[in-house]
Amino acid sequence: MKKIGIFAAAAVVSLSFVQTASAEDVTLKGVQERGYVQCGVSTGLPGFSNPDEKGNWIGMDVDVCRAVAAATLGGASKVKYTPLTAKERFTALQSGEIDILSRNTTWTQTRDTSLGLNFAGVNYYDGQGFMVTKTLGVKSALELDGAAVCIQAGTTTELNLSDYFRENNMKYQPVVFDTSDQTVKGFESGRCDILTSDASQLYALRIKLENPDGAIVLPEIISKEPLGPVVRQGDDQWFNIVKWSMNALINAEEMGLTSANVDEMKGGDIPAVRRFVGLDGPKGKGLGLSDDWAYNIVKQVGNYGEVFDRNVGAGSALNIERGVNALWSKGGFMYAPPMR
Amino acid sequence: MLHNDHKLPDLAPPISTTGLVGWARQNLFDTWLNSILTVVVGYFLITTLGPMLNWAFLDADFFGDSKDSCTSDGACWVFVTVRINQFIYGFYPESELWRINIMFAAFAVLIAALVIERTPHRGWIALFTLTLFPIISFYLLYGDAFGLEKVETHKWGGLMLTLVLAVVGIVAALPIGILLALGRRSEMAVARSFCTIFIEVWRGVPLISVLFMASVMFPLFVPEEMNLDKLLRALIGIVMFQSAYMAEVIRGGLQAIPKGQYEAAEAMGLSYWKSMGLIILPQALKIVIPGIVNTFIALFKDTSLVLIIGLFDILATMQAAITDPAWPRVSTEGYVFVAFVFWIFCFSMSRYSQSLERKLSTGHR
Repeated sequence: MKKIGIFAAAAVVSLSFVQTASAEDVTLKGVQERGYVQCGVSTGLPGFSNPDEKGNWIGMDVDVCRAVAAATLGGASKVKYTPLTAKERFTALQSGEIDILSRNTTWTQTRDTSLGLNFAGVNYYDGQGFMVTKTLGVKSALELDGAAVCIQAGTTTELNLSDYFRENNMKYQPVVFDTSDQTVKGFESGRCDILTSDASQLYALRIKLENPDGAIVLPEIISKEPLGPVVRQGDDQWFNIVKWSMNALINAEEMGLTSANVDEMKGGDIPAVRRFVGLDGPKGKGLGLSDDWAYNIVKQVGNYGEVFDRNVGAGSALNIERGVNALWSKGGFMYAPPMR
Repeated sequence: MLHNDHKLPDLAPPISTTGLVGWARQNLFDTWLNSILTVVVGYFLITTLGPMLNWAFLDADFFGDSKDSCTSDGACWVFVTVRINQFIYGFYPESELWRINIMFAAFAVLIAALVIERTPHRGWIALFTLTLFPIISFYLLYGDAFGLEKVETHKWGGLMLTLVLAVVGIVAALPIGILLALGRRSEMAVARSFCTIFIEVWRGVPLISVLFMASVMFPLFVPEEMNLDKLLRALIGIVMFQSAYMAEVIRGGLQAIPKGQYEAAEAMGLSYWKSMGLIILPQALKIVIPGIVNTFIALFKDTSLVLIIGLFDILATMQAAITDPAWPRVSTEGYVFVAFVFWIFCFSMSRYSQSLERKLSTGHR
């Protein structure tokens, strides 16, 4: 009997050892064998992941996956996109259907700690905001007592709203809609005075208005919605790769490296740039990647500033200001540890 | 005595009973209630139809390459024309579109051959359509054999995915439904209870939850290596769900057949399968054609539910397309277009079923 117990214990120990050993590195190996990164995106969110006219996926979240593909496989296009609904997204990651979940997912304690998942960083600092018509003459959300508020159904948005108004001793009247198009129509037809949603989406809704210039987004942000890519827990190597792919995007912007000038700067003698492109410094060894992994990211995807401008910033129809998503050196939150 | 056996020439009927006026008086203004209804409905038609036609056709822009091509006030069909490939083929690689076109063309030819009565060898064509054609289509669409490039199912989308879901659902659900219906009326206790439980379980849950189970729960129960394709999971769910409904429709037909037919078949010494296949089912299926087609149409429209599990049928493709920031304010055009496509398919199915009913009608009333 005792023997069986020992044997069973040994079996359990060896089994768990085998499992931890196989959980490590397995994602990168799988990606390299397959030849593409499996990336979970949204089923369509303006500026973050949506199909363009040719059927290519574009957006902030898509570019994170492209950066990871450039780093691991040397080709930003080697990505398989799986569009996921909000309810499916974590299961798809847990079950191994995707390698990265890059789907405007807010980093919260519950998600990070109890789902067996890890957030690899933040690629967009979002937060709930308000949009009003200019004719209302409101400059701050604190002047909104008694207003009718258009909300797109979604519990966090509604909860944040009620928290904010209660904290500031104001009253409001909620007008709930199901889809973004209905919300816009409701706002346009005057069913409500203000429209609330995540700030990034307010800009997307604004361009759907007949007269986009007639509406302004108020400065108050009433919630924290740090959006970032998610990976499975237990594969630290893959976690590092995704984390450092994002860091490379930010560091590249800080160094002034762009997709256009990286080839030229590569030959220069700035130490930080030489480390970045893999001529000096840590190179790709620790990550299990080739030395030019970061070079590939910048060359094929661009730096964080380029990604932002192209998808949601001045170079896009959304025209969102950098705001808190600017580099730390320019008054924003984007700060990446040095690559050395 | 003057005798006139010449008939006077017929007078023309009063103007109020002929032509447009007569028709209107008979059909639109025959009672005061109808007159009021006509005026009200007419008012609504005039006030809505005009602006609608204006929006959809007269003031609309049809061709161009970006949102800027839409200069007039009406519909911006440019959005649809620019993305028509995406709406039809989804994310299928552009160089491989010919494969879908061949599949579409072959499917259309086969359907036409089956619908037109004078086609020779219709039985063989039907057999081919139901057995070999799906296999050929699968290899054509999926590839990875015969030198064709592999196109994974996550790139399938648009109308092509809608048709794949609907056709597979229809083709697979009918035979399974027939077996289930026979099983439920069988005298073998095990088969009967199995079929009854199967039907009641699948019919008792909404399709949305079936799809949800298939896409969200199922992968958690199986090991990681055994990852069934998401489309395949959804297809299995749809077929199970649909065959349960089909079984009940067909059972209705089986029960409508007079008992004498069953007894006559037995009296002729036919085996169970022969009596079913030669006597009962041909009559039963004929009776329930409206029910079957009704189920097919419902299934065709239900396929759009797959958008909640992130499969891009034509509706989901359109919904994703309207999120493109480069194309603001085109959602109405998108929804109208998709509704029109669905209507064309459902309406043709319903017309075909009506002609089939007329053709097969042998006067069982």
